[in-house]
Amino acid sequence: MVATIKVNGVPQAVDVDDDTPLLWVLRDVLGMTGTKFGCGLALCGACTVHVDGVATRSCITPIDSIGDSEVTTIEAVGATEAGAKIQTAWLDREVVQCGYCQSGQIMSASALVASNPHPTDDEINEAMSGNICRCGTYVRIREAIKLAAAI
Amino acid sequence: MISNHHESPVSSLSKPPFANALSRRRFLQVAATASGGLVLSLSMPFTAEAAEGESFQPNAFITVGGDGRIVLTMPYVEMGQGTYTSIPMLIAEELEVDLKRVDLEHAPPNEKFYVNPLLGVQATGNSNAIRGAWEPMRNAGAVARTMLVAAAAKRWAVDPATCHAESGEAVHAPTGRRLGYGELAAEAARMPVPTSIELKRPQDFKLIGTPAKRLDTPAKVNGTALYGIDARPPGVKVATLTQSPVFGGRVKSVDAAAAKAINGVRQIVQLDDAVAVVADHMGAAKKGLEALVIEWDEGQHAKLDTAAILGELEQATLNPGAVAQSIGDADGAMAGAAIKVEANYQVPFLAHATMEPMNCTVHVRGDGCEIWVGNQALARVQAAAAETAGLPLHKVVVHNHLIGGGFGRRLEADGVVRAVEIAKQVDGPVKVVWTREEDIQHDMYRPMFFDRLSAGLDARGMPVAWKNHFAGSSILARWLPPAFSNGLDPDTTEGAIHLVYDLPNLHVEYVRVEPPGIPTAFWRSVGPSHNVFVTESFMDELATAAKQDPVSYRLALLDKTPRAKAVLALAAEKAGWGQKLPSRAGRGISIQNAFASYMAHVAEVEVADDGAVRVRRVVCAVDCGTVVNPDTVKAQVQSAVMFGITAALYGEITLKDGRVEQTNFDTYQILRMDEAPAVEVHIVQSTEAPGGMGEAGTSCIVPAVTNAIFAATGKRLRKLPVDPAVLKREG
Repeated sequence: MVATIKVNGVPQAVDVDDDTPLLWVLRDVLGMTGTKFGCGLALCGACTVHVDGVATRSCITPIDSIGDSEVTTIEAVGATEAGAKIQTAWLDREVVQCGYCQSGQIMSASALVASNPHPTDDEINEAMSGNICRCGTYVRIREAIKLAAAI
Repeated sequence: MISNHHESPVSSLSKPPFANALSRRRFLQVAATASGGLVLSLSMPFTAEAAEGESFQPNAFITVGGDGRIVLTMPYVEMGQGTYTSIPMLIAEELEVDLKRVDLEHAPPNEKFYVNPLLGVQATGNSNAIRGAWEPMRNAGAVARTMLVAAAAKRWAVDPATCHAESGEAVHAPTGRRLGYGELAAEAARMPVPTSIELKRPQDFKLIGTPAKRLDTPAKVNGTALYGIDARPPGVKVATLTQSPVFGGRVKSVDAAAAKAINGVRQIVQLDDAVAVVADHMGAAKKGLEALVIEWDEGQHAKLDTAAILGELEQATLNPGAVAQSIGDADGAMAGAAIKVEANYQVPFLAHATMEPMNCTVHVRGDGCEIWVGNQALARVQAAAAETAGLPLHKVVVHNHLIGGGFGRRLEADGVVRAVEIAKQVDGPVKVVWTREEDIQHDMYRPMFFDRLSAGLDARGMPVAWKNHFAGSSILARWLPPAFSNGLDPDTTEGAIHLVYDLPNLHVEYVRVEPPGIPTAFWRSVGPSHNVFVTESFMDELATAAKQDPVSYRLALLDKTPRAKAVLALAAEKAGWGQKLPSRAGRGISIQNAFASYMAHVAEVEVADDGAVRVRRVVCAVDCGTVVNPDTVKAQVQSAVMFGITAALYGEITLKDGRVEQTNFDTYQILRMDEAPAVEVHIVQSTEAPGGMGEAGTSCIVPAVTNAIFAATGKRLRKLPVDPAVLKREG
């Protein structure tokens, strides 16, 4: 089925089965490889994107559920106020190690800060515990979110 | 002169490498002759042994372009540990250039040029990038600087001794004349390579020892960084696979009718022991995989389970092993000891579970093969691909990438072999991506070990005899056979021998036992990942038997290892050792000398009534010699601590009926944000040569946690992972 989805403000027509996860449409059909594959079951958060601003695991989001919603990916999140703050804070606090999970971390953190400009530690835990970092950058992710909130 | 080609120093790593298909040899010739640039091939000793003979081999390449750009062809890989920043720092320091002016490119496979001097092969592992690069890379920078300054002196017709290098320029201070490196590159290339060079004195370092910003971060926060899984050569198809669920099994039959009918599925590839679905995208490939009906011949391991393997290991520790270290007369001292302590320990198989699942992109053509992958051992990749494809080595081109987690998994080429096997049957390039389930169930695992410990204490409670007899897999025996001799290898025993403690009578034996059918491999912190848990837990047991405080007991045994004593004392002090904690909370300590770094951890844990363990705080003191980038050292400790706690609390791969039982992050848990402790890192100032830091914190934290659990509950845990059932509050 040909479906049209709006990704980072641009309408994209894709010809895939309706139940194809958004993740593979982004990575393999549209060639936007910033969004990562980690588990395929919404267990790790590496594939997180925003659907109408809400942090969403694209690996279990069928393409036919997107409709007219706005999909935002790591490639464009820096154009949002919260995304820009988070990216700046990530650089300042030198969060990243291997970096593979960080697209997803940044998307989850951006959605958090956009909806809750000054999150508490518990709120950070709640928003970020779905994102695994095998390099264990959690200490710095927490610091960076707090820094972004202060920018 | 700032490079105008790249916005960020490593932005070239976020661009597809297809334009880079010129062979390395050709590139170097061009750069040396036509580009007006200076290319250095550096003669560096291959190994300490080779240094004493005549055999010198090129080791690394710096290019100074006519535009002033410095390009470092990186023989070490970046997998998060910060090498793509710390190693350029060594070059930039001696070359007197801003770190941002050093551009990087991944070194191609070439065992001769890019050998790791500490391993003898082209590989990044065992926490030895900085250790291996410390002298060669500073020498490289100093040679380049010396030749550039000499070229300037020649042009000015002055004595080179009156010139110096500063901020990417040669300077003649008496007259104030300056020339940029770009202007000097061509002339510098014609200067004689100096026979002796002068390295900067540590007190003159401007960069080494400072918390320089990582060069790879910008591309990693905006989604442009390219990992192997992001390779997209034109026309690429995506494949996913299922390998025999039982190790060593074979495909008996495949019914692919339903899979072929799925929209986007292009081809089914059947191998002896695996089946792959090739499709337009991974969504279709996965759907196709689920639709396959495969009958397996399960083979000889169909009944294998973990308990049987453990039983075999336990039995093996009753047999004589190879003597790894023997001091004094352990048996004699044991016979005369006032107190005897005996304990058996065991550790499980562990998966790596790198966040980037296993993947490899391959294009097999009639006359060659091209590979896109992120791997820690590139020459090994090339050799394995050549053998599988039936091609000569030089017909295999490998493009390395940033690595989305290595931890030892990507020292192996099994995923490359698989991808080439599949690609041989596919017309055009194919990207083989493993599902997470496949990644966990067909990993190559940290081995299981069984350890039989005993010690004798004198009347004051101090150890007079220490014996350790352990059994498990030797990874080096497979990975680097010459490193295994007389029943021993240096990795499997690291952390079990040459302990930091002054023990008058010690005897350690190792029995090599390879588990049937189960591939084993290096895992972050390698040998110490197992041995330090055992030795530091048992040392805690001795302190308990002697009715002494675990810190003061250890301190009394450390007079001959002052660096160890210093980190132990510092960690204890910073952690507030001895201060009261609530009920069912406790502190545990551990100490280690591994990867040429000294480290002590204090873990603070709480154990809930239901037995759930929460690590609240970790204090680490580290002496890793000269620190190149202190922020990276801190980051690696923070990282290693999370990795080790994950293993301590959750890590376990089990087998039943020949199959790995764990499948994804629900059954193979990784520590998450809400469980992450605060981590404090205290670095001891040192002028010793740098030690490795990528792995050390992982092995050291595990016994600190279990020792803390003992302090909190009185329960000694001799088996990993921690079993909350045995920690439930009684009564």
